[in-house]
Amino acid sequence: MSLPIYATFGQRVWYYAFRVICALIFTFLITPILVVIPLSFNAENFFTFTPEMLSFDPEGYSLKHYRDFFSSNEWQRSFKNSMIIAPIATIISVCLGTLAAIGLSQSHVPFRRAIMAILISPMIVPLIISATGMFFFYSKIGNFMEDTMGLDRNLVGYIKVILAHAVLGIPFVIITVTATLVGFDRSLTRAAANMGANPVTTFFRVQMPLILPGVISGGLFAFITSFDEVVVVLFVGSASQKTLPWQMFTGLREQISPTILAVATILVGISILLLTTVELLRRRSERLRGLSPS
Amino acid sequence: MSDTATNGPVLAADGTPLKRSLSRALRVQKMRALALIAPLLGFVLISFIFPIGDMLFRSVENQIVEHTLPYTVEELASWDGSGDALPPEDVFRDMYYDLFLAAEMKRHTRLGSRLNYESSGMSSLFRQGGRKLDDPGKDAQDALEAVDARWGARETFFELFNANEGATVDATLLAAQKQRIRWLADEKPVGKMNFAPSATVSSLLPLSARAYTAFAVITGMVDNDVVAKAKPPESIYLALLDDVARPGFADRLAAYDGPQKVALAALANAGLTMPNYTAIFEDMDRDWVDLETWRVIQTHSGSYTSGYFLNAIDMQKTPDGFEIQPENTRVLIQLFIRTLIMSMTIMGSCILLGYPVAWLLANLPARKANVLMILVLLPFWTSLLVRTSAWKVMLQQQGVINDVLVWIGLVADDSRLVLINNQFGTIIAMTHILLPFMILPMYSVMQTINPTYLRAAKSLGATNWTAFWRVYFPQSIPGIGAGSILVFILSIGYYITPEIVGGTKGVFISNRIAYHISSSLNWGLAAALGTILLAVVLLLYWCYDKIVGIDNVKLG
Repeated sequence: MSLPIYATFGQRVWYYAFRVICALIFTFLITPILVVIPLSFNAENFFTFTPEMLSFDPEGYSLKHYRDFFSSNEWQRSFKNSMIIAPIATIISVCLGTLAAIGLSQSHVPFRRAIMAILISPMIVPLIISATGMFFFYSKIGNFMEDTMGLDRNLVGYIKVILAHAVLGIPFVIITVTATLVGFDRSLTRAAANMGANPVTTFFRVQMPLILPGVISGGLFAFITSFDEVVVVLFVGSASQKTLPWQMFTGLREQISPTILAVATILVGISILLLTTVELLRRRSERLRGLSPS
Repeated sequence: MSDTATNGPVLAADGTPLKRSLSRALRVQKMRALALIAPLLGFVLISFIFPIGDMLFRSVENQIVEHTLPYTVEELASWDGSGDALPPEDVFRDMYYDLFLAAEMKRHTRLGSRLNYESSGMSSLFRQGGRKLDDPGKDAQDALEAVDARWGARETFFELFNANEGATVDATLLAAQKQRIRWLADEKPVGKMNFAPSATVSSLLPLSARAYTAFAVITGMVDNDVVAKAKPPESIYLALLDDVARPGFADRLAAYDGPQKVALAALANAGLTMPNYTAIFEDMDRDWVDLETWRVIQTHSGSYTSGYFLNAIDMQKTPDGFEIQPENTRVLIQLFIRTLIMSMTIMGSCILLGYPVAWLLANLPARKANVLMILVLLPFWTSLLVRTSAWKVMLQQQGVINDVLVWIGLVADDSRLVLINNQFGTIIAMTHILLPFMILPMYSVMQTINPTYLRAAKSLGATNWTAFWRVYFPQSIPGIGAGSILVFILSIGYYITPEIVGGTKGVFISNRIAYHISSSLNWGLAAALGTILLAVVLLLYWCYDKIVGIDNVKLG
């Protein structure tokens, strides 16, 4: 990759030109995310850099938009809703998904391809179509739960959104856990059984600790899917289930208020955290795989 | 060696033949695997696959006409819509009672909106019709009461139509009316009803017995009221007038032996005239005696329709077959084409921007590549809404990009560029959002390309360009293919970003679907558009599976 000393002038030009092009593309990738961060500290209600900000005058910066976010009832309620819906949906998809991934990784599974295709389908079908289908289906289910089972309207709303989000998160859990299981050494479970452990003990003491990184990163994917999802919740949920992305979406569509930038910055922080976690887990899992005999 | 010498089957430890023992063990293993998969499979089937199937069904389902106007549809089937003659009087008669009942249950406007998708003006026709149906009934009521005061009392009607103890019940009529109300109410009527139509009266007064039974089902089983004490609706009077003024009624009455014979005889001898339903409808609105109206109802009276799909491709179903819609309503084909072209453009720009970056990442030493990889993964992990709002902020006329351009001096302050609410805005924002999906598959393919091939090509005398184009590029094509299909699939179904940065010119077909779901409430058309989109995506997905394999989908 490095430039050889015998490179011609043209090669040199191309070498540097190529790096400049790549730098520009990286700039394109990262700028929108970096731009919102300083703008969220804007003291004015503008969406661009004020002269005070450009001259690094402390007057130009303030935490005003963050105060807005933490003091506004609407934003707080939507944040709370997201924090209720996403974890529960994640737990459902991780539990069911991990079980199914273990089942799928056995050697003799009939209709494996068809089952896999069905389980992955929520990721393939465009969200708008999933949302349309779920809109019709969950309004029927919701009516049934309210009228026949006599459940509270609000509770039914949460159940609907949580189930819908759980389905959307499942493919991510399936894919990551199946990928981890590929590297899992089956002789370990046999060894455990040989030493007298029953299947449940084997699962929790031997298999689970080894595939845990895959399960956690699948869970993080499922979490971010639900946490970031807006189309399905728009169609399935009602106003009392307004989540953070929904609130941002309405904010962007109707009147764009700079509070959104503060929220965006917080979300960027969260995604950096998630990215780091997933990356660390991936490394750990690769290290474990390197140690296990193959 | 002695075991194999004996010719019997090989035995397992418990004495069963090894073959059977093995197949049993395999079966148990299979069952265990399926039992682990079953809960999730059931969950996905019920809460995802079934709703999608339900949506597909909705795109052809058209039972509303038949369910709202059951008798009219039945009668209309024998009418030749291609001729110049209006439907016969019987059709108008059934339409009157069907529409009256629908208006009673407040379902006529729903049917009006359904037919309005096919021919504009139907909605108001049905809405107004529902309001004006009472008047002819009131006139009939006055006429009946003038002949005999007993017809002013509710009990007279109940006594007349109800089957007393010992009388035969017309079970067919009762079941038919229950079904009809169930269709109208969208749920099974469950209340109790102290009424059953008498078979003798229903054969003497078929029309009014039908109307009264339907009314009794609504009162008793839907509203949970006492039928005997409820005020009969206006349509009963008109139906009774129709029944008693029918030729031959006096003779049939002579053979009748049941309640209210005297009151009926008074009506039979009063010389009442049959109601003229065609005239009633003509009075309400001239459009009711327009051939077109009836042709539309007849064309769309089937339980299943291709109408929504035809509408989805800018055609319409007419009595004469399929035809293209008038030019001013043709928008959807154009929108499909625009969605495809814009998705291709986004895919193309992703290839152009992604290829150099993937190449750089694959050829740098691992340490540097990992650092640069963060720049790709961070946008990938950042919330979609965050990226979309960032683009909204940057592309505005008073936004960062325009400010920078003005500051550099490329653009004058009073002629700032319009970068948002058009196709350009959608393309640039979506290219940014989908770029990681292009880079990651390309990167994983390029990592496997052996750099010695390139050196070999050069040492054999190839120029840099030839070596790249003839040796490196062909090997990287699988990565380009995988990334392209992924980006294309994702982009044709996008909704959020086009909605926010696309304005009116930069929206996709998915925005139209959302519009029909939440604003225009034309769910059938939304379902048809969704079905077409789904078919395109599944086709591409099938290609993706052929090229890349579904098992090779990788994340992060």
